[in-house]
Amino acid sequence: MSVASDTQPAPRGRRARSLVKSLLSFLVVVVVTYLGLLAVTFFIGRVIPVDPVLAIVGDRAPANVVERTREELGFNEPLTTQFVIYVQKALSGDFGRSVLTTNPVMTDIKRVFPATIELATLGTILGAVLGIPLGVLAAVRRGGWLDQIVRIIGLVGYSVPIFWLGLLALLVFYARLQWVGGPGRIDVVYEYTFTPITGFYLLDAIIQRDWSAFNNILSHLALPSLLLGYFSLAYISRMTRSFMLNELSQEYIVAARAKGLSERRIVWRHALRNAAVPLVTVIALSYAGLLEGSVLTETVFAWPGLGLYITNSLQNADMNAVLGGTIVIGSVFIAINLLSDLLYRLLDPRTRAR
Amino acid sequence: MSAPLLDVQNLAVRFPTRTGTVEAVRGVSFTLGRERLGIVGESGSGKSQTGRAILGLTAPSAQVTADRLRFDGQDLLTISNAERRRLRGKRIAMVLQDPKYSLDPVMSIGRQIVETLRTHERVSRSEARKRALAMLEAVQIRDPERVFDLYPHEVSGGMGQRAMIAMMLIAGPELLIADEPTSALDVTVQLEILAILDSLVRDKGMGLIFVSHDLRLVSSFCDRVLVMYAGRVVEELAAKDLSQAQHPYTQGLLNCMPKIGASRHPLPVLERQAEWAR
Repeated sequence: MSVASDTQPAPRGRRARSLVKSLLSFLVVVVVTYLGLLAVTFFIGRVIPVDPVLAIVGDRAPANVVERTREELGFNEPLTTQFVIYVQKALSGDFGRSVLTTNPVMTDIKRVFPATIELATLGTILGAVLGIPLGVLAAVRRGGWLDQIVRIIGLVGYSVPIFWLGLLALLVFYARLQWVGGPGRIDVVYEYTFTPITGFYLLDAIIQRDWSAFNNILSHLALPSLLLGYFSLAYISRMTRSFMLNELSQEYIVAARAKGLSERRIVWRHALRNAAVPLVTVIALSYAGLLEGSVLTETVFAWPGLGLYITNSLQNADMNAVLGGTIVIGSVFIAINLLSDLLYRLLDPRTRAR
Repeated sequence: MSAPLLDVQNLAVRFPTRTGTVEAVRGVSFTLGRERLGIVGESGSGKSQTGRAILGLTAPSAQVTADRLRFDGQDLLTISNAERRRLRGKRIAMVLQDPKYSLDPVMSIGRQIVETLRTHERVSRSEARKRALAMLEAVQIRDPERVFDLYPHEVSGGMGQRAMIAMMLIAGPELLIADEPTSALDVTVQLEILAILDSLVRDKGMGLIFVSHDLRLVSSFCDRVLVMYAGRVVEELAAKDLSQAQHPYTQGLLNCMPKIGASRHPLPVLERQAEWAR
């Protein structure tokens, strides 16, 4: 009788060391990506046909003023020195001043980004909480009525433009039925009584126990977040369905049935647990996409978020604001990718260690 | 002798497709006591579908009919889905071909074994763990404690198949359907797995249906052999009488086996005749 000894031993020390190693390689990836991001934005800032000096002093300023401003802003330094200064400042969160608002760009972003995060987070939560079960059930009852509904939701989500649906929703639920708050984050009445602390208005209202403001904020959030939620639901449910169909056709599902497990356990505990691995990436990417600021949604709902801010800046050749916003978005993208990578490792033992 | 463990009469499995009905199994009949029955045949002969139909694991689109399909006196065709599920894993179990695909990749081996047990018996967590470890030992895994916490991708094929056997036998089934349990393994490991399977089936007095395309393996391992061709049983014979097979298809299969030292010119080709499939 032979004895099995055909697995590799995995002592604890090696596992810990490999964890440190993978964290280090993570760090290297982040630093390199971030430097690349800064280089690209720097490059864009130099080649774009907008003279930042002229944007500040105006095109009727005398030549000596233009020259002095140019000198003050450091544009006469060699390009490499400029880049080093750029990186140093960007790392300390200094992206210069916005020409449009005259605030430091970072101050502006701190004001507008929470609005976008609040919306994107609510939208993604809605999309995932509803989209995953819908996708699972559609896959389980493939070809059934629920599957058809998911198909229609997905089709509408892909083909109907969000601004049209947004305008329609505003018209019906705000203008006609008056069920929800209109554009903006909060009614004007509250402008003087409600003070933002974190910038996440819902959170701020909870902190201050200002329940009437809370309800008002929620009624303003309802339409845009439901709309974003709908679009991420369309995407997430479609993807969940196809991942689930793939998992349900695997041999381990046959084995699970042969073990006598209930259908519910097979679907939710075995198949979904496996489908969750690629789903994490899908949800993270869709969340990152919403965090970039859904310009159309923010425009329709006059939502003072990052997307609207960057679009406005772009139209006014406010390069500092555009580049600052781009860097913030890029950083968020890197962070979310990192997070989904970590989650991926947590969910899939095959990607751990080694 | 008492009533047979399994009684199959005129079993048929059909798959309706767009281009017509595919008849995977066409009127298979046999009875099985606590013995080892081999089912051999080439790909598509219906041998796997026969095994799956007994467990009720045929795809939902398939139609399964039989004059009789009884397990230990219970009519498998009329009992409810819930009753059938209670039989699966508890009284009838199945070992699949390739542990790489038939074990859940994101659940540790130990938890998959415990899952079978706790589905069918009310046992505490620690008791279940203890029994799973004992089961791992029974399939000759030397350090069950360590293997318990490993994931399927961390073990070799042979080890994975032992885990699979442990997972399927832990609830003490009376009938085991082994669907090509060694086809995905190295030849050296095949014999180990067969020896483990053999001793467990013998010790526990289980009935075994061993599905394989390997005629020699089946004849050395089973008491009785069914030879299937195109969804039908073309010949049934005791394993030891295999060399006296009457049916030309079986003879053809036997003829195709290589013999060490013998030069064979021309190489024999498996003959197929339309009337065998009728």
